[in-house]
Amino acid sequence: MLVITCPYCQEAREEEEFSYAGEAYIARPAVPEEVDDATWGDYVFHRKNPRGWHWEQWQHVAGCRKVFAVKRHTVSYEIAGSWTLADGKALYLEEQA
Amino acid sequence: MANRYSLWSLIKNGLKHHESWQPAWKSPQPKKNYDVIIVGGGGHGLATAYYLAKEHGIKNVAVLEKGYLGGGNTARNTTIIRSNYLWDEAAHLYEHGLKLWEGLSQDLNFNVMFSQRGVMNVGHTLQDMRDIERRANANLLNGVDAVVMTPQEIKDMVPLIDISHRTRYPIMGASFQPRGGVARHDAVAWGFARGASELGVDIIEQCEVTGLIIEGGRIKGVNTSRGDIMADRVGCVAAGNSSVLARMAGLRLPLESHPLQAFVSESMKPCIDTVVMSNAVHGYVSQSDKGELVIGAGIDSYLGYGQRGSPHVIEHTAAAIIEMFPSFSRVRMNRQWGGIVDVSPDACPIISKTRIKGLYFNCGWGTGGFKATPGSGNVFAHTIAHDDPHPLNRAFSLDRFATGHLIDEHGAAAVAH
Repeated sequence: MLVITCPYCQEAREEEEFSYAGEAYIARPAVPEEVDDATWGDYVFHRKNPRGWHWEQWQHVAGCRKVFAVKRHTVSYEIAGSWTLADGKALYLEEQA
Repeated sequence: MANRYSLWSLIKNGLKHHESWQPAWKSPQPKKNYDVIIVGGGGHGLATAYYLAKEHGIKNVAVLEKGYLGGGNTARNTTIIRSNYLWDEAAHLYEHGLKLWEGLSQDLNFNVMFSQRGVMNVGHTLQDMRDIERRANANLLNGVDAVVMTPQEIKDMVPLIDISHRTRYPIMGASFQPRGGVARHDAVAWGFARGASELGVDIIEQCEVTGLIIEGGRIKGVNTSRGDIMADRVGCVAAGNSSVLARMAGLRLPLESHPLQAFVSESMKPCIDTVVMSNAVHGYVSQSDKGELVIGAGIDSYLGYGQRGSPHVIEHTAAAIIEMFPSFSRVRMNRQWGGIVDVSPDACPIISKTRIKGLYFNCGWGTGGFKATPGSGNVFAHTIAHDDPHPLNRAFSLDRFATGHLIDEHGAAAVAH
């Protein structure tokens, strides 16, 4: 059972209160009508699916219903932290750079 | 076959106190070069190697397995076999697999304990029943056997099931595929390994692929924990770890790896002689030859490579089973496990060439790969041998995610994924 902290409610709660909402920070092509089918297919369907640290979205469905970012390890299931989407994105971009 | 199993061999070895049995497959040192390397020694990978050698005459083949044979999802499923898929492409592919299952024990000279005890998919709502009627009709048109059953017919076949109206989601009917059933999961891996080894395939365990050697857009070989091994053609059949392999080639796959859990009970007297699956309350149960109830769950929602999931999924599944079988409420559970399933966006596999010449992927089987083991190996072997897909897996190429020709079995198949 994952124990997740909602950055809005500021409380650590069990996973059952939350809904998994997929990989975080997938960039939508800036001008969709100009990209080819392969690029669009990549955006819609292809995922990083890493064996290691993963930035993902969770929704606090049984609480504030807000979506936020969690950095979680996909083998140990350890959670490094959770942030609002905006705060997390800054950290995520820093890591990617 | 040097080691052919028969009543004769049993008597002969019995007289020698069973001390002269030979290993079922050889464990050679890896050579420097092969014609084809298969990455992943599960059921699908071993079946691919077997059919490459048997049907396409390509015998200079290595199967590289990082752990032990059949130690991944082959050992972590609920062994259900069926082919009652809705869409034509999927029905044909899985039916091809089911037909191979029907002759597999004879073909391999190894008892895979394939038992056609039937697979029942129960419906609990009016919409379930509409979907069941539609799917059964689609199955019949595709030459797949299917019967629609009333609650009383279900009760006659499975006396322990609760068809009363007291339940939260009363059972309204079911579809039944009489040719479906279960098989012994280990025997499938061992049988294919033995058959392939006999035909000259090198099966190399404890050999992890750590990189792919690619030059000028062509595959040249693989880096492994036991040195580099060269081959012009490499087939990746790594289930939950497919995305990891793809990344070594600079490819992205439309897959997400999730934990899928299952559990078995203590052994009991025979009480259920078919497979009962429910999409709506979400659980499936059969009884193994040892008498254990084999119970399966839905996937955990999050990404996970950890081969374990969360307890509330087990709780949910147990609730679903007890809803259908109240008499199971005091059965004790013995073991629980999780496998890593590679789920694709349309719940259909990817059996495909890639933009790297000579590199092939067979993945995305998600929650239902076991049933397809021989069929998957058979068409993937064809794809590798001819550098061109078999007619049955042409629709399952990687480029369907760019063209939009998805085969949407999510929810359309007999059980939710």
